[in-house]
This record gives sequence, C-alpha cells and structure tokens, in this order.
Amino acid sequence: MPEIILEARNLTKVYGQNTIFKNINLKVKEGEAIVIIGPSGTGKSTLLRCMNLLTKADGGQILLDGEDITAKGYNEDKVRSHVGMVFQNFLLFNHLTALDNVMIGLTRVKKLPRDQAVKKAMEELRRVGLLDRADHYPGQLSGGQQQRVAIARALAMDPRVMLFDEPTSALDPELIGEVLGVMEKLARDRMTMLVVTHEMGFAREVADRIVFMEKGSIVEEGSPDDLFYHPKNDRTREFLWKITELYGKKEKEQGGKS
Amino acid sequence: MSDFFSFFLRFLPDLMRGAGMTVLLTIEGLSAGFVLGLLAALARTYGGKFWRGLAVGYIELFRGTPLLVQLFLIYYGLPGLGITLSRELSAFLALGLNSGAYQAEYLRGSLLAIGEGQMMAGRAIGLSRWKTIWHVILPQALRLAIPAWSNEPVSLLKSTAVVFLIAVPELMAKAKAIAAKTYDPIASYLAVAIVYLAMVYLLDLVLRWMESSTRIPGFEMEGKKA
Amino acid sequence: MDNTFFSYIIQGTAITVAVTLIALPFGLIIGLLMALLHTYGGKALNRFAAAYSLLMRGVPPIVLLFILYFVLSGEINLSSFWAGSLSLGIVSSAYQMEILRGALLSVGGGQMTAARAVGMSRIQAIRYIVLPQALRLAIPPWSNEASIVLKDSSLVYALGVPEILRRAQQLSANTQQPFLAFGTAALIYFVLVFATNRALDYLSERTKLPTHP
Repeated sequence: MPEIILEARNLTKVYGQNTIFKNINLKVKEGEAIVIIGPSGTGKSTLLRCMNLLTKADGGQILLDGEDITAKGYNEDKVRSHVGMVFQNFLLFNHLTALDNVMIGLTRVKKLPRDQAVKKAMEELRRVGLLDRADHYPGQLSGGQQQRVAIARALAMDPRVMLFDEPTSALDPELIGEVLGVMEKLARDRMTMLVVTHEMGFAREVADRIVFMEKGSIVEEGSPDDLFYHPKNDRTREFLWKITELYGKKEKEQGGKS
Repeated sequence: MSDFFSFFLRFLPDLMRGAGMTVLLTIEGLSAGFVLGLLAALARTYGGKFWRGLAVGYIELFRGTPLLVQLFLIYYGLPGLGITLSRELSAFLALGLNSGAYQAEYLRGSLLAIGEGQMMAGRAIGLSRWKTIWHVILPQALRLAIPAWSNEPVSLLKSTAVVFLIAVPELMAKAKAIAAKTYDPIASYLAVAIVYLAMVYLLDLVLRWMESSTRIPGFEMEGKKA
Repeated sequence: MDNTFFSYIIQGTAITVAVTLIALPFGLIIGLLMALLHTYGGKALNRFAAAYSLLMRGVPPIVLLFILYFVLSGEINLSSFWAGSLSLGIVSSAYQMEILRGALLSVGGGQMTAARAVGMSRIQAIRYIVLPQALRLAIPPWSNEASIVLKDSSLVYALGVPEILRRAQQLSANTQQPFLAFGTAALIYFVLVFATNRALDYLSERTKLPTHP
C-alpha cells in the first residue's frame, strides 16, 4: 500500500463573509497524479495555496508525510522547500537567468555549495529541455519556456510533491503542448503531483485520479474512466458536458479558420 | 510639551503675518511660472529652431541649478551689470523663473501625450497650425497635465522658504527673528514647521479637490498617480 | 583672472560634492529602512513610516535643515559640515523612501509568493528576490532625487558651510564682481547636475535586464 504524502483533513477557508471551501478531505499518495477540475471560482487554486501554507487555512489540518504542518510553530519555510509549486503566471525571478532561477533555492534555502547547485540546476534544465537557455533572462524566454523553467525551479528542490496551479492557463495555445509534455513525463516518472487545470485531455490521459470540485466542496472523485464516462453526480455530468461542448466548438472554429 | 504649546501660541500671530507673504509669493510665482512654462513648453514642442533652442536653454538652466543660486544671481549678481532690483521683486523673479522651468516640463509632457493625430485632424478641417494648437491641443493638454502639475504648487510653497536668505519678510524670516529673540532656535523652527505643514496640508486638499472635479473618465495619461 | 579665484571656488566645489556624497547614501539607508517598514512592517510600523514620510515631506527642506542642524550640532556637538550633511540626508530620506516604496510595490506580490514557495523566509525573499529588482526599478527616479540633493546642498550655505555658494559670496565681496562670482557658481552646479544625470543614466542602462528573445 503506497504511503500518503499529503493529506487535507476537514480543511476550511473563509474570506470575510465568503466561504471559499469547507471540510475538504483529500489524500495524495506517493507516485500518484491527481487532477482537480471544476468551474472557476470554486476554490481550487486557494486549496492548492493552502496545501503549501502560502495561504493560511481557517480550519482543519494538513499533513505532510504524516506530520501536521498546520500545527502552531511548525517551520513553514521548511514545508515549502519540500513542496514544489508552479504558478499560473510563472513568477520567475525577473532579475535572474534561467540557471540562477533554478539554483537560488539550492544555494539560499538548501545552502548547497555553488558547484553542486550548478550541477543539479543544469540537470533539471535538461529535464525540461531548456539546457540551451540556461543563461537567458525571463524576459528573453517565451511563456512556455518560462513555465518550464519554473517547473525546473520547483523540481530542483527534490520536492515530495508538486503542486500545479493552472500551469497552462496564461499560455498562448501553441505553447501549451510543451508544458503539458513536461508534466506528462513527470507523471510517467511517478512524481507525486496535484494539478489544477482545465486541460481535460491531460486529465484523461495522465491523471490517476480526478477530483471534481464545485462551490467549495468535493462533489465527486474517481478514476478518469469513472468520471468522464460514468459520472455518478448530475453536477459532474453537467460540468463535463459544458466543457466538452465548449472544447468541441473551439476545435471546430480553429479547424474552420485554418 | 505645554511649554512648547504656549511658545507656539505666543508667536502664532507673528508667524501668520509671515505666512501671508509666503502665500503671496507662492501665488505670484505660480502664476508667472505658468505663463512662462506654457510659453516655453509650446516653444519647445512646436517652435522653430531658434525658439526651441531658447526654450531648451531656459528649461535646462533653471532646472539644472539650485533656486538659491538663481536668487543670489538675481539679487546680488545683477547689480554688477547695473540692474538693481528690490528684495521682493528678486524673490518674485527667481521663484517665477524657477517654477516656469518645471511647469514647462509638466506641460510639455501632456502636449506630447496628445500626439500628432489631433494636429492632423485640426489641419484636416482647415485650421492653421497655431489655431489647432490653441483650439484643439491646448484644451486637452491642460486638462491632461493637471495630475502631474498639481505637485508644483506644494513644491513651490516649500521653495519660497529660501527667500528669507535675502531678507524677504516671509514665514522663515519671522522664525529666524523669533529664534534670535528667544534664544530657542529649535522651538522656533519647530513652530514654523507646523505652520508650513498646515499650509501644505490645506493646499493639498484644494489640489485634490481640483483634480477630482476636473477628471474626465478614460482621459488620463498613462502611469497616472495612484 | 588670477589663480586664487579658481582654487578658491574649486575648494568650494569639493565641499559641495562631499556634502552630497554624505547626504545621499545616508538618506538612502534611512529611506530604504522606512520603505521596508512601510511595505513589510506590521500595522504599527507601517503607520510610523507613513507618518515620517508625510511630516518630513510637508515641511520645506530648509526648515527641517535648521531644526536638525540645531539638534545635531547642539546636542551631539557635530561640526556644521557634518551636521549639515547628515541633516540634508535625513531630509532626503523621506523622498528616497517614497521612490523605493513605489519600486517595491511595482515588483509586486507575485515575486514574494514565488520566493516563499521555494522555501525562502520573508527576509531572504526580500533580500534576494524583491530588493534586487526594486533597486533596479528605482534608479531612474532616484537619479532625479540625486540631482535634487546636489542642488539642495546649496542650502547648507545658510549654516555657514563653505560650499560653492558661500565661496561665491566671499569672492563677490572681494572682487566686486558679483555677477561673475554667482554666475560661476551657477555654471558649476549646472555641470555637476548634468554629469550626475549622465552617470546615472549610464548606470540605469547597464543594469537593465535584457528582454528581447
């Protein structure tokens, strides 16, 4: 039985009057790729940010390798160095080259000697296929390349789990493929991943488990086959129907144009 | 603390008389500076080679040297060339010329922001170059300049404080006299600081009101103030 | 024109430059500290920094200079040169604070978030990620402030520091050529301001991050 790496227990987040999500229970097992889908504004991204303590949850617990990281006085920086995160808008450090972006966590947080950090960072850049862009600044890279550097930056820390917050939403359509390709490869290498995305193709192909979230709670979860072909809940069915409808239209339009 | 309070109240009437002169200098300087600045901005943006050169020279010289030096050059220097001016007139000239150079740059910024299109449109309906500037470009540019320009009155008000160094009887001169009389320079200058603070605060309120009441939604310069 | 005229005014120029070179970095240190307190400090520190900025920028520099001068020279017994230079630095600190605060804001919260996500502490994130970017962004407005401080250094004339303007005044009395004396002072300031702007433009160009692919 695989070990549970990250777990949310009765997690609740409130902003003023608004409940973002309530009593979320989610277990991420070692080597598992989980994709969270659902309409915009249902708290998926906030859930992800809570999982590595970038946002403070208002109730419940988060366990990393069985330890309660929401307990008082727990070292948050250490948690984050074990949990990789990739953002929608890349958030590369603009004043650093691709190599330095990947290295800075190693030298400043892990306190690795420079030569070791360079070696490790180059390895990660090779993994995302950007070895030849090591000395480029973010401003010199395309969106897809920036996102791949951001993935390398997170991977360099040897995280226990990787969180992806809509990693392709800010990309031009022709650049989405290269990022999804890298993520697919990671999943094949059994990296533990928790992904929020609207890319249904990716979800169907890559996810071990899909979680459908709506209005701040988990409506349904299961294997891609279960969810896409035998959804139990009407709301799941409705959401999937809408999104495939939308997709079909988009593809038709694009096909019509070319 | 209560000592300072009674000190402040005791000299407040004296300070208020100085404040009158400070306000007068600010208004005079701002008005003269506006006329000069507008002329310089127009000359620099639309003038021929000669007028453009003259405007650039004026703007850069007065922005590139301290106001105090300009003041001394006018009050102490000009008599060397046979031109002797009173203290008040020297202060007025220095403040107006100095402020004009800064106002020119605010106005030029908004003239440039209006762009070529409006000029073309004006010429296209048969207006002459200067008529287009007067009837089409200036009305827009002046409005556009307000947010940036509204820094100038406060800045000029603070600048007037140096003219006490040629013994113009404004606020700071009063403070200096009080300091000499009471042997308490720190309290004297603190008292005058409070008066300046109040004046700057009031002026700022007026300017903000002016700014918000002249605003046209969607008609703003890029990178406007927050 | 004899040699003493020029050597006299060059000494004054050296003092003007020295006053500026003391005031600017001193103001930068205080300004940076205040900008950080304002942006990253708690509620109380934020209020404190905001009040500092508002009070200092609401009073003419010469008034502040006089207050600070009498405090520094009276209470700590500093020379007029040092009291004047440090006071000028304190005056400038509020303006430099506003420049740096704007720069910190425009770097944006995302960079801080990303740095924290890699596992950096708040302090590390500020030091290695936010500040290097903010300081770059601050160079153009800061160079404007540098020439303002250079020009404001003429105010220490009023404290009896023998800088350019004070020298010009003495020369004017000695030579009976006031226009020449003050005109020379103006010219020197103009050259200094011009050189400062060019030098900082160059720095800004050198530190610009590349963008084109």
